[in-house]
Amino acid sequence: MPYPSARLQLSLAIAAGGVLGALARAGLERAFLWDGHSWPWPTFCVNVVGTLLLGFFVTRLQERLPPSTFRRPLLGTGFCGALTTFSTLQLELLQLVHHDRVAMALSYGLVSLAAGFAGCHLASALSRRARVL
Amino acid sequence: MSITAWLLVAVLGALGSLARFQLDGLVQTRAGGVFPFGTLAVNIVGSFSLGLLTGLSVTGAELFVLGTGLLGSFTTFSTWMLEAERLAEEGEGRLAFANVAVSLGAGLVAALAGWLVGGAL
Repeated sequence: MPYPSARLQLSLAIAAGGVLGALARAGLERAFLWDGHSWPWPTFCVNVVGTLLLGFFVTRLQERLPPSTFRRPLLGTGFCGALTTFSTLQLELLQLVHHDRVAMALSYGLVSLAAGFAGCHLASALSRRARVL
Repeated sequence: MSITAWLLVAVLGALGSLARFQLDGLVQTRAGGVFPFGTLAVNIVGSFSLGLLTGLSVTGAELFVLGTGLLGSFTTFSTWMLEAERLAEEGEGRLAFANVAVSLGAGLVAALAGWLVGGAL
């Protein structure tokens, strides 16, 4: 059988990562059901952790390891892309406002951004500096 | 949630990610330049769609599969943040800020629009 094409490898890698990321996020969501009023911990956690991981993976794969056809699509596009979510964040912000939790909506949005951005930067910096990893 | 629901989440996790990759590539190639229009497009479409589901009062297993499974996987927070961070690193601070602000603003508008449209249907 001919070796799978680069395109097929890419698609399978994204798909596999997507399955894992989606299940992880969905699992957390079901385990810690959000009530619409309090801090949306499940989404917040997957978004922050997923962004940290992406910063680490992408930096390591692009700047420190030899090129690979499947690692970045699997870990980056697939896993981190599916683990994190933008749409759920938007709806949670709207729902918090809808439930008169405006201050929480503002802080949730800002803290998500700050933690995401800073986390990505930190993870990238650490990845560049790490001697063993 | 039933096993079927979880299986569907898994499948849609894969398909949503693939669709994100395709749309991102399509839009970004057309747009050109360094601004991440591809991710923006994906996130706007996903936010509108999730708003629509909310407005249509989709709940339970259907919302879990389509909202969490498909749209949650289709849209991405990590790629958005990474792209903003890289723009900032490369000295494109204003573009980085614009990426964050425009995505957030347009995302909220899209989600709200979807919610209103869904509610009216």
